[in-house]
Amino acid sequence: MNTIVDAQGSGSSGGSGSHSLPRQAERGVGREEATSYLTAGHGVKSWLFTTDHKRIAILYALTITVFFFIGGAAATLIRMELFTPAGDLVSAEGYNKLFTLHGVIMVWFFLVPAIPATLGNFLLPLMLGARDLAFPRLNLMSWWLIVIAGAFVLYVLVMGGVDTGWTFYAPYSTTYSNGYVVAAAAGIFVSGFSTIATGLNFIVTTHTMRAPGMHWFRVPLFVWSIYATALIMLLATPVLAMALLLIMIERLLGVGIFDPALGGDPVLFEHLFWFYSHPAVYIMILPGMGVVTEIVTCFARRRIFGYQFMVYALLSIAVVGFFVWGHHMFVAGQSMYAGLVFSFLSYVIAVPSAIKVFNWTATLYRGSIVLDAPMLYALGFIGLFTMGGLTGLFVASLPIDVHVHDTYFVVAHFHYVMVGGMVSAFFGGLHFWWPKITGRLYPEAWARFAALLMFFGFNMTFFPQFILGWMGMPRRYHEYPSEFQVYHVLSSAGAVVLGAAYLLPLGYFLWSLRYGQPASDNPWDAKGLEWRTASPPPKHNFPSTPRVDEEAYDYHPPRRPPGGHLDHPSDGRPAS
Amino acid sequence: MEGLSFFPKEASTFAPRTDAVFFTLLGLSAFMTLAVAFLLVYFCTRYRRGSKARHGGRVSKLIDLEFEAGWSLIPLFIFLFLFTWAAGQEFTLFYPPKDALEISVVGKQWMWKTEHPGGQREINALHIPIGRPIKLDMVSQDTIHSFYVPAFRVKHDVVPGRDNEMWFEAKEPGAYRLFCAEFCGTDHSRMIGTITAMPPEDYARWLDAQPTGETLVAEGRRLYHELGCSGCHEAGGSVRAPPLHGLYGGPVPLEGGAVVTADERYVRDSILRPKSQVAAGYKPIMPSFQGSIDEGELQALQAWIRSIGDGGKEG
Repeated sequence: MNTIVDAQGSGSSGGSGSHSLPRQAERGVGREEATSYLTAGHGVKSWLFTTDHKRIAILYALTITVFFFIGGAAATLIRMELFTPAGDLVSAEGYNKLFTLHGVIMVWFFLVPAIPATLGNFLLPLMLGARDLAFPRLNLMSWWLIVIAGAFVLYVLVMGGVDTGWTFYAPYSTTYSNGYVVAAAAGIFVSGFSTIATGLNFIVTTHTMRAPGMHWFRVPLFVWSIYATALIMLLATPVLAMALLLIMIERLLGVGIFDPALGGDPVLFEHLFWFYSHPAVYIMILPGMGVVTEIVTCFARRRIFGYQFMVYALLSIAVVGFFVWGHHMFVAGQSMYAGLVFSFLSYVIAVPSAIKVFNWTATLYRGSIVLDAPMLYALGFIGLFTMGGLTGLFVASLPIDVHVHDTYFVVAHFHYVMVGGMVSAFFGGLHFWWPKITGRLYPEAWARFAALLMFFGFNMTFFPQFILGWMGMPRRYHEYPSEFQVYHVLSSAGAVVLGAAYLLPLGYFLWSLRYGQPASDNPWDAKGLEWRTASPPPKHNFPSTPRVDEEAYDYHPPRRPPGGHLDHPSDGRPAS
Repeated sequence: MEGLSFFPKEASTFAPRTDAVFFTLLGLSAFMTLAVAFLLVYFCTRYRRGSKARHGGRVSKLIDLEFEAGWSLIPLFIFLFLFTWAAGQEFTLFYPPKDALEISVVGKQWMWKTEHPGGQREINALHIPIGRPIKLDMVSQDTIHSFYVPAFRVKHDVVPGRDNEMWFEAKEPGAYRLFCAEFCGTDHSRMIGTITAMPPEDYARWLDAQPTGETLVAEGRRLYHELGCSGCHEAGGSVRAPPLHGLYGGPVPLEGGAVVTADERYVRDSILRPKSQVAAGYKPIMPSFQGSIDEGELQALQAWIRSIGDGGKEG
């Protein structure tokens, strides 16, 4: 029988839960499972030059954690500066360098690799029943590239400084900025190859390495989301590389491409940049949608509602995402007709997002719901993503965008999607798969507390920014008129709460590595191939290649034909 | 501009219309967010593990499809309606009325320079009459800036190398914030100013009280002679160049057979990059004035050439 193991390290039931240790002992007798991937090699070299996707995922996780806290430190300084209207903490130049550092590090060295390169890297082969990714060495190279590029960019941004903002708009970046633009652009250029290689690796793996029986519509939605993300990575990142290369050429060689004084056109850069950067927004949110899907079905004990529609929604977001970039240029002098088309497409892309939100909600219907930490993060994601998505409609509307473009409204909007959405999903996924990755359980009570704290801290930080933007407060202002101060103080106070909520998991995750209770193979009683192997998994994932003979998320018997009776209690509970 | 407020002043004719779209969307979004939040909380309570509600079971595939179709198509139709309504408002923004008062604006690191048709100049300030459309002809001296007046709900980037224009009509007297909204370097946050909207009589009085500098058109005419343009472009000059009287607004046949309209863009390009579009029948001998005149002077030249053009004000 499906015994649902109580994974809570707290509460009255926690003590007697025993976490199905007997089961693990049973399976632990096997020869190959005796050595997990964590103990399969020793020494620094066995990590730095590993080709094991699980170890590379750990390397990525450590790397992006460092970048996350550096980007976060910059955000802290920004919020401290904005506590008062006067520019008193850092100089104007310093402030401009800070928000550039925050944006560049968070976008390219945290958000883009966050879920794909850590959870995706770790789970993709496990979920597909494969031994590794299709190109393990390419995977290692991707990590090395991002570490080298990231370290270089960080050095440039901290020691020299760049004041263009992460958007590198020309001709400011090519002619007027005194910062180390070329060096920073070169670093980001190199990191792009890491993204492209990762995308390629994931696509090939998904196509060629699915376990026997896992046809396309049995693939878990997390894999689908990573697959859709990988398509965007592969197709959009080269355009960023071109745009940055052209910036470097104009700045170094004085070739007129973007600067009108040299015969170029600044709006051309905006087109090239957003042709990458808008799809890149979906690189940053699609994997989060995948994670949330896995969590919601598991903690509701329900098949996902509308599996096929979820797949089509993911793919249509990935495709239509390539055709909405012009909504960043409604006030840049783009023609009225271009504005209309881009506004229309931006409305259209909201439909698949809405479908996903409704399907997650519907999945809860008649579930058997447990509100453990991953589920709290997932529910937080749904709420915050809904708000982030709906405010996307505001900025897609021409008259409203004319008013709120380049104000804090936009800042709040994309932080709701990327931080409220993506980062919530990342933490949810980290908690969900933590037992699988480390073989240890995290302290549930602390984790729930952190999830709630993060939700409230986030809203307190970013909701006031919607009002700020609506009131007319422009972005990237070092000083501001005093009528905006109330909202800035609220936002800064919220940032303190949010910062604490981010530090908490760092603390208890580290604690759990040593003191956490050992996890069974499947502590959540979840479906999916990754739960059919040991926690932590052996070096080559599965003792023998698993066969798939059921649909994804088989939490209860399959649907009945229309007219059949609907009652089918799945958790041993008689229908009332 | 003081005190706590949630609502920026509606001081232009655009403002109420923008706000109508905004509050409709806000109402819809609030409804959707609350509905989703309510369902999440309701389901999580009702179907929590161990509750008495009926768990499990499966709705039929048919109902499944109906739901999916419903929540794909209903939002789509709502979105289509919203898009059409919002986009309709945008048309007006693109077509400034003919009788608009034209004011020229130069954005540069880090100040706004404005000039009235009578030659009155201001820095980081602009006085305008209410009840009359104001059209801004905006250029940038260096990088991209953006002219933003929250109380009017208008904003437009000032892109270098382009003639950017926007228009609005203030309806309430008062002093309103002017911001640069596009990041333009170190003192971006100090590139701010005040728009003072006043009744037409007060505006007229204010104009009279200002030292009347040279008007834009007069400055353009002066530059036309000082820079030596007249030496070639006037009849009887030593070198033959196309005459500029009656040029603006009309068609210009180019070398190679193309025909372009002599608009602001054409005049700008002809002064800065004369070899890019050579008028048919003339030699490409005009020197470029790129770097030797600034954006303000270019604007003056454009204004003058426009004034002597097809249906120009000075004939």
